Amino acid sequence: MIGQDLLGIESLDRERIELILETAEKMQEIGTRDVKKVPTLRGRTVVNLFFEPSTRTQTSFEIAGKRLAADVVNFSVSSSSLSKAESLLDTAKTLDAMDPDAVIVRHKVAGVPQRIADVLDAPVINAGDGAHEHPTQALLDMLTVYQEKGRIEGLSVAIIGDIAHSRVARSNIYGFTRLGAEVRVAGPPTMLPPQVDVLGVKAYTSLREALDGVDVVMALRIQNERLGGGIFPSVREYSSTFGLDRAKLRFARPDAIVMHPGPVNRGVELSHDLADHRPSVILDQVRNGVALRMALLYLIAGRDFPQDQE
Amino acid sequence: MSRVLIRGGRVLDPSVDYDAVADLLIEDERVVEVGVGLEAENAEIIEAKGKWVAPGFVDLHVHLREPGQEYKEDLASGGRAAVAGGFTSVCCMANTDPVNDDPAVTQYILDRAAKDSPARIFPIAAATRRLAGELMTEMAALKEAGAVAFSDDGKTIMDAWVMRNVLEYSKLVDAAVVIHAEDCGLRADGVVNEGRMSTRLGLPGNPVEAEEIHIARDIRLARLTGARLHVGHVSSGGSVELIRQAKEDGLSVTAEVTPHHLALTDAITEGFDTSTKMAPPLRTESDVERLRAGLVEGVIDCVATDHAPHAVYEKDVEYTAAPCGVLGLETAFGVVNDMVQCGEISPLELMRRMSTAPAQIFDLEGGSLQSGAVADIVVLDPEESWVYDPAEGFSKSRNSPWAGERLKGQVSATLVDGRIVYQAGRGVLAR
Repeated sequence: MIGQDLLGIESLDRERIELILETAEKMQEIGTRDVKKVPTLRGRTVVNLFFEPSTRTQTSFEIAGKRLAADVVNFSVSSSSLSKAESLLDTAKTLDAMDPDAVIVRHKVAGVPQRIADVLDAPVINAGDGAHEHPTQALLDMLTVYQEKGRIEGLSVAIIGDIAHSRVARSNIYGFTRLGAEVRVAGPPTMLPPQVDVLGVKAYTSLREALDGVDVVMALRIQNERLGGGIFPSVREYSSTFGLDRAKLRFARPDAIVMHPGPVNRGVELSHDLADHRPSVILDQVRNGVALRMALLYLIAGRDFPQDQE
Repeated sequence: MSRVLIRGGRVLDPSVDYDAVADLLIEDERVVEVGVGLEAENAEIIEAKGKWVAPGFVDLHVHLREPGQEYKEDLASGGRAAVAGGFTSVCCMANTDPVNDDPAVTQYILDRAAKDSPARIFPIAAATRRLAGELMTEMAALKEAGAVAFSDDGKTIMDAWVMRNVLEYSKLVDAAVVIHAEDCGLRADGVVNEGRMSTRLGLPGNPVEAEEIHIARDIRLARLTGARLHVGHVSSGGSVELIRQAKEDGLSVTAEVTPHHLALTDAITEGFDTSTKMAPPLRTESDVERLRAGLVEGVIDCVATDHAPHAVYEKDVEYTAAPCGVLGLETAFGVVNDMVQCGEISPLELMRRMSTAPAQIFDLEGGSLQSGAVADIVVLDPEESWVYDPAEGFSKSRNSPWAGERLKGQVSATLVDGRIVYQAGRGVLAR
């Protein structure tokens, strides 16, 4: 995968997904060491090009790059001033002239990482574009499920919430179905995208039916800007119909795990109690995010597998 | 006296359903005769064997950007692009800067066009002042100054009371009102067709219902007022049905469709290329089929390009931020000729939808090759295949979904007022 873009899961085959997950498992060990650093990407430059603020994802990429000894540079741009002053592609070309080895792009509009990749020599990793894709989130989710359940093939996964506006949902749908899981989505009808079957999932408006017998429940964050956006009447009604708590979780398999891409709106998507305790695995997801991103940077911007530096 | 003899072509004159191999003789600015074995001394000869000879194309819907946005296009470059595409008359929309809502702007466009453009240019004036959808324009004065129709194109008149008054008042000047039909509330932030592609790409969708609801409303208002309603850039199969019903009900409703809505679907938005962004958006295969069938049947009266130039840097932005619209003049024939190649429509009927029918909708001269008709003529090579490169074209802009694509059907020559203004291989010859 050296030098290749990672723009989405939709275009990723099963072999590649498995390679990334296997590599991430190897990377996890580095995070447990006393000195959490290997020289694999020494002398390589990784640029975080974030047009939309995201402390979590940006930090995760930054730590991942630093654990591999890459120089990580944060290039934050306010997208509103950008569209007036400088074209998006000009920014990308300017950056490219500085010869980075990988560019991580986050933007609030779908398709921007793709357009930037079209003009950039350096490989582009999509760190989330609008409601399109968030491939690294889906990969770390798959890693988490794989390590919890020992497999992905044959599992049932329910994704709950604002599917229509969720890049996390799309990427996870593509990823889990490609690895042989069954994926269901559920939410109020105003939060389900039109012709959702094109994504290869079954849609439910009953949480109970959606959760029936599933192995994994993934709750999505209700974006703050949607709280008053007219697609659902109130937070109270949302949390009572689609918010997860231990009582509703009983519809799922007894050993079902609960996931959330974070940050959690406590009491909205997840009850306070579920947000903090098993079967939720939210902090494992975050931890795995670093290893997963290390794996990707290694596979895309690196050469050799990290050697111990004793 | 100047003479041009177009020899041995397949002469297609939809105004009298004429379709035969013949010669066509022009003297000065008029057609003199269509017949076999015509001879003329001192005539410039255009050999048209294997080609079509038809009335020059008439485009009811272009954006030429002058005054105010000459960096995108102006009347000179737009006029050159027009004749290179076989269009002898084009009607330019009012969303210039300043808006064409004042007779002085209309007059300015006509003066500049007369000096700069090899094609005839007819201004469409705004229906409401500043395109704000509130106060109607001085239609009588605008018509007097040379406006041929009225439209807020690019914007929708959302207030039905305003629209009713615009339609009522337009009867005073007996001109068509052209609508840009999109219910703005329902469209919301939509930038691509709502459906499978918007779901896959995660881009905000714009449902066909936003267009259909608005067309349905305005058809009712056309019935209420008896005014002439022309539906711009129809994009959905459902809209075709609404227009069919309006025509069956005997209303004065006409409609146009663009080459891109006849040929492309939202599948090409896949790579997020902003040259695929237009309003209304590209729809689905089923819509394309129904639009093509509607054009063949005549429910859709004509093809109009909605030629909408934008600078490269304006389009090189996020998909949601990019302005809507694509170039259309230079590729129109190469695109719609596919319908003849596929056997869906006869050459004569296609020429009717490109010239005779649109000329009638706006009461323009042209659309005929009869003796005495103005010699606005296009000579076409329907078999010639070519690759379109916007950088080599005549428009100032490059925003085309057909950039680098191979098209079959090329304009060989265009005559305006009996003068050859464009010839393949020689370029634009006048002005």
